[in-house]
Amino acid sequence: MHELALHILDMVQNCLDAGASEVVLEIVEDQADDVLLIRVSDNGRGMTAEQVAQVRSPFYTSRTTRRVGLGVPLIDMTTAQCGGHLKIESRPGKGTVMEACYRLSHIDRPPLGDMAGTLKTLLIGSQDVDFTYRHTVDGRQFALSSRELQEALAGVPFYDPEVWEWLSGYLRENFCRLYGGATE
Amino acid sequence: MKSLEDLKKLREKLQAGNAVRQGGSTQIIVGMGTCGIAAGAREALNAIMDEIAKRKLRDVVVRQTGCIGMCEKEPLVDVVREGEARITYGHVTPEVARKIVAEHVVNDRIVDENVVAKLTD
Ligand SMILES: Nc1ncnc2c1ncn2[C@@H]1O[C@H](COP(=O)(O)OP(=O)(O)OP(=O)(O)O)[C@@H](O)[C@H]1O
Ligand SMILES: [Mg+2]
Repeated sequence: MHELALHILDMVQNCLDAGASEVVLEIVEDQADDVLLIRVSDNGRGMTAEQVAQVRSPFYTSRTTRRVGLGVPLIDMTTAQCGGHLKIESRPGKGTVMEACYRLSHIDRPPLGDMAGTLKTLLIGSQDVDFTYRHTVDGRQFALSSRELQEALAGVPFYDPEVWEWLSGYLRENFCRLYGGATE
Repeated sequence: MKSLEDLKKLREKLQAGNAVRQGGSTQIIVGMGTCGIAAGAREALNAIMDEIAKRKLRDVVVRQTGCIGMCEKEPLVDVVREGEARITYGHVTPEVARKIVAEHVVNDRIVDENVVAKLTD
């Protein structure tokens, strides 16, 4: 996978698979600190210390459809290749925090990629989940809360044609502003 | 800049025009495990949604699921309609995704080239 946005989608998917009802996704890009940080926190079923120790291995998975898990080992590998790290903190019954850190300027660092596409996909998948997004680029911030969106929508789903178009435009505008571009 | 206030107004407009769906006659389910994501499931889902939005289809429910164990055929997309066999499509590129909406959902013609499973219950 050559986009961090795909790894991010994958990490949040793990939270949903773990039965989380709340997920917080934070991204920080900072040139001064030369860092790109991705932190995903959930209140899902969590893992024991033993499970956490194994989760970087492809042969650890709670899947029944396939004998290897691919998500976490891939992220572990790309962070290590880019002068960063993957930190995993988890408590059974409480939840999990995964933090992937990259050197922003590292030549092998995959681009963040299509974060708007990832967010739209996540919103479709987290219809019943309270999902919070905070993305900071050199001090500028974009925040989004699925609960606030849902409150405004009062039961109309994210996959409604007009809502989807609105969301697409909303994200386009906000990412443009986040990266210092002109707004419409 | 668009704001949540605009979204609320849009929703009120939809509700006033009775445009809000009453539940879907068609369900589209996209596999979103690591294997699916790596093969392009995000692009497939977003292409399906863009096509639904373009055609203003209001009776389609779109959902996600995890890996179902046919990783080599990802991205996988299921179309479920009442009283019909559940169709699983494989290798769903954005182009195939748009075709599934235009042909299967709108015109009732199954996209045979990409069918990997049919399930009748
Ligand atoms: N946020 C989380 N909360 C609880 N358990 C987790 C979390 N993330 C990962 N795990 C555990 O780690 C395992 C490995 O995750 P990984 O993403 O590598 O593979 P997977 O999700 O099993 O399969 P896939 O290849 O489809 O991602 C999971 O099966 C799950 O048991
Ligand atoms: Mg996973």
